[in-house]
Amino acid sequence: MNTGYNFAYLDEQTKRMVRRAILKAVAIPGHQVPFGSREMPLPYGWGTGGIQLTASIIGPDDVLKVIDQGADDTTNAVSIRRFFARTAGVAPTTRTGDASIIQTRHRIPEKPLREDQIIVYQVPQPEPLSRLEPSRAETRRMHALSEYGLMHVKLYEDITRFGHVAISYDYPVMVNHRYLMAPSPIPAFDNPKLHMMPALQLFGAGREKRIYAVPPWTDVRSLDFDDHPFRAARAPHSCGLCGATDGYLDEVVVDDRGGRLFVCSDTDHCETRRAAGHTGADALAAE
Amino acid sequence: MSEDTLLSASRLTLRFGAVPALVEVDAELWPGEVLAVVGESGSGKTTLLNVLSGRLRPQSGVVWYRDPEGRLHDVHAMPLPALRALHRSDWGFVHQNPRENLRLGVTAGGNVGERLMAQGSRHYGRIREEAIGWLRQVEIDADRVDDLPRTFSGGMLQRLQIARTLVTHPRLVFMDEPTGGLDVSVQARLLDLIRSLVSRLGIAAVLVTHDLAVARLLAHRIMVMQRGRVVEAGLTDQVLDDPRHEYTQLLVSSVLQA
Repeated sequence: MNTGYNFAYLDEQTKRMVRRAILKAVAIPGHQVPFGSREMPLPYGWGTGGIQLTASIIGPDDVLKVIDQGADDTTNAVSIRRFFARTAGVAPTTRTGDASIIQTRHRIPEKPLREDQIIVYQVPQPEPLSRLEPSRAETRRMHALSEYGLMHVKLYEDITRFGHVAISYDYPVMVNHRYLMAPSPIPAFDNPKLHMMPALQLFGAGREKRIYAVPPWTDVRSLDFDDHPFRAARAPHSCGLCGATDGYLDEVVVDDRGGRLFVCSDTDHCETRRAAGHTGADALAAE
Repeated sequence: MSEDTLLSASRLTLRFGAVPALVEVDAELWPGEVLAVVGESGSGKTTLLNVLSGRLRPQSGVVWYRDPEGRLHDVHAMPLPALRALHRSDWGFVHQNPRENLRLGVTAGGNVGERLMAQGSRHYGRIREEAIGWLRQVEIDADRVDDLPRTFSGGMLQRLQIARTLVTHPRLVFMDEPTGGLDVSVQARLLDLIRSLVSRLGIAAVLVTHDLAVARLLAHRIMVMQRGRVVEAGLTDQVLDDPRHEYTQLLVSSVLQA
């Protein structure tokens, strides 16, 4: 552990400020709470919001898991895990079940989370209406008055043009029947996991300086039409390594002759299954 | 204010610096009635429209609105959510430039359906059906429902705006120069359309225009404004055929006879 910094890098006053924002966010599920986002030793877009949230809630006894696109071994995940190992001296893990705090970008782990866990999302754009209404003053008014007809206009347009809602990630949700919320760029496949999740869900946007939260056991609905209900889309394949047919898959190009390999994006899920003896069609070729 | 007035304004005053935009203006509107506000540019017509519809706050005076249940509301004392809800459902606003009101990147059907969705409609098929029905009513081909407004002509844009406004069956529509910027034959067709819609649906309207012909064709009553004051008001034919005030006389005599 590096002793040149305060515990978990941020100074105590900053952590208190972030915690106050978190408390407010938990009290108003889905509402974006402004906070004084700090300069962090990594670029905007790499998880400055998530890292500040994690730094504010982490303790010496916590077990931290960091994933990027579901994987524990990508650059972003490795860097952030090492950052907290050095500045807070916490025990890192790759196992979903062992972690008390999971910081994530772009995925929710396949293994259902528990009440004693907290999941921290890295959010690039906290405002779900940002592409539709350029004025932040106006979007705040729309949130205050719960005027979300515009979001449905976007869904209407998608169905008109493509025959279905063509939002594959960051699919907008209504939290607790009140606030429209951007669930961060997780695939729409993960949206049903937000609903009634036993774990506390925290969302941090560093550049946009916003924190929001979904408390445990909160109603979270994906927007849809009565005659075009929400569907969680997933590639119609099974994992090439572990044979899973229920998880979200990444498509990997393996050669220049059109070869494709579909694998679980959640590496922990895939490894756990393989350790239990499951194998997929391409497991031998991949080794 | 009498028993059945829909909208009633008394002693509205508003100054922009030294410029008097409205001076002690009174106005009343009954259900199903079209009231035209005429006058030259800068006479306060549009300001009056904005004040009546709650978009602009007067320095003094009050505007009362009677809702379908017969309750009276002071438009400028209403909480913002209630006023915005009123604008989304019971009221409509037709702008001179349809591009201000329409979403140009959204299809015609989406534009017409937006107010329905804002009111909570969540059935795609029914919203689309309703949108197509309204396009027909404003004489736009049903197969244009999936086209973007930027492929529409000026007259079609204005008709699309009217469809978008009327889709929630408002009781009161504010119109700001609805035929401005259109050529004469398109104007005539649009006027015909507005007149038939307003009479068939029993909509009350406040119509701002500088064109006396438009006022004569559409309006039951007329108010003539000059420098923020109402100089003459009465039944349209009466005022236009027998103008009393010298400014009205000037207006009427300056209309070109074709």
